[in-house]
Amino acid sequence: MTTPAPEPASQPVKTAPKKVQVENLRLSYASKEVIHGISFHIEPNEILGIIGPAQSGKTSLLRCINRTIDFTASAKVGGTIKVDGTDVRQMRNVYELRRKIGMVAPLPVGLPLSIYDNVAFAPRTSGMRNKSDLDGLVEKCLRQSALWDEVKDRLDSLGTKLSGGQQQRLTIARALSHQPEILCLDEFSIAIDPVTTMRIEDVLKELKREMTIILVTNLVQQARRLAARTMFLWNGDIVELDTTEVMFSDKAKDKRTYEYVNGIFG
Amino acid sequence: MSAATSNLPATRLFTETPFVRKKQRRELIAQCFFGGMAAAMVIPLILIVGYVVVQGAPSLSWEFLTTNPRLGGIRGGIWSALVGTIYIVTISLCVSAPIGVLSAVYLNEYAKDNWFTRIVNLAVVNLAGVPSIVHGLFGLGAFVYAAGMGKSIVSASLTLSIMTLPVIIASTKEALSAVPMTFREACWNVGATRWQTIRRIVLPNSISGILTGVILQVSRTAGETAPVMLTGVATFKAVESTGLFLYNPITDQCMALSMHLYYIATQASNAAPSLPFAIATVLLCAVLAVNATAIGVRAYLRSRKKW
Repeated sequence: MTTPAPEPASQPVKTAPKKVQVENLRLSYASKEVIHGISFHIEPNEILGIIGPAQSGKTSLLRCINRTIDFTASAKVGGTIKVDGTDVRQMRNVYELRRKIGMVAPLPVGLPLSIYDNVAFAPRTSGMRNKSDLDGLVEKCLRQSALWDEVKDRLDSLGTKLSGGQQQRLTIARALSHQPEILCLDEFSIAIDPVTTMRIEDVLKELKREMTIILVTNLVQQARRLAARTMFLWNGDIVELDTTEVMFSDKAKDKRTYEYVNGIFG
Repeated sequence: MSAATSNLPATRLFTETPFVRKKQRRELIAQCFFGGMAAAMVIPLILIVGYVVVQGAPSLSWEFLTTNPRLGGIRGGIWSALVGTIYIVTISLCVSAPIGVLSAVYLNEYAKDNWFTRIVNLAVVNLAGVPSIVHGLFGLGAFVYAAGMGKSIVSASLTLSIMTLPVIIASTKEALSAVPMTFREACWNVGATRWQTIRRIVLPNSISGILTGVILQVSRTAGETAPVMLTGVATFKAVESTGLFLYNPITDQCMALSMHLYYIATQASNAAPSLPFAIATVLLCAVLAVNATAIGVRAYLRSRKKW
């Protein structure tokens, strides 16, 4: 385990900057509150696992962090989310924030462009034009997402024509293409086979050296394999947040945590 | 029980019961009934086109298309009416297509759900329901008198623009919303602005639907009589038979096929009986040609559909 020893929960140390600092986050859609004031932080180069059943606010939480929640007119956000010490809701350049955060949705989305253009999309929107720079970046991202060997001979063919698992790796390559500092994976493995999943998990272990990873997952064992700390989110509240070892042992403080990770929740 | 079933010959398991036969019969009846209705829809089209073409054939010739009408329209051809219709349709679409498409992009891609958007949407829906003669009356008041354009080609074209705008907006919005929302979200997630998303993903993938919607308005514009009759179409006017600028759109009135047809069929008692049908044939062929173009464009762009 590479994470530092757990610090006292009461007083966060101010000297070490937190990658993401969430304080008293509230979110409601129209009049229905879905996240009820949660606080947590994420250390740099940490993998934070977020587990919890459907409708517990996991995806909404991610959308608050990269502010794509702005596109939902009925959403109201309260509290603060700081990325590298800056409140995301005060940021004028939200596009810069989103480039800092790579986002992978549950279902693969191949844009109706060629494989090459799918990966080059984000760098191009931020003004990168040089062909050899783009070539290098596209290759690097496709290698990182374990897709390069399968598509290197047909980068011109449509990304939407790839198989589901390939498209998901393409989505991950696109999320890496703007060289994010934080990578959010929202149940990335529900559309891909176990072998590919394991390959991507290996990739994530590598990527941890370069970036912070938020891993939302329905597979509790996936969180156990990858995450340094795991958060159990349920109905918009944090039930428990602790190191993964504690969460998956009988030392978990909340009975519901034990029940959920052992599949006897309900 | 299960042992007894498995001992039966395999074919017996699929023997038709009376209930299955009844279901199949009903299925057949339903299919024939609906299919018959669909086929019946084709009959009027064939009858109309056939009747009009057969009746109009004696008057049809190349000269008919390329010579000016004479003697109040009962002799000669339809050249000036044909040119007038082309002028009106072109100018009208040059105004309504950009405005319509751009406002639809705004409404579908940018607009938040607030009072302004609701008012615009309400206006679009209601504008689409206004009868064409009322549009004509509005054009007469607004363009011909209030704006001082007089009865002219621009007045008629602008009137038709207003009439076609809501339909273009509706069809464009439909084409835009056929592009899956997940594409947009994927673009926003990597830091693309709304405009970058529209330009690189949404528009390239909805252009076939947008074009089809616009092209179909050509035929509607060409066929309208009431609005242009009030705002800028003359019953009789000859033009030069060659040249690029046969009419001056700002000052001139023009003839139009639809109006010419109405006039010849109702007002000119001593015209050849085949004359109105010949005009109708030309109008029909023009409309069908435009519609065929729309279908062709759509088929071509669909074949390049990317998901």
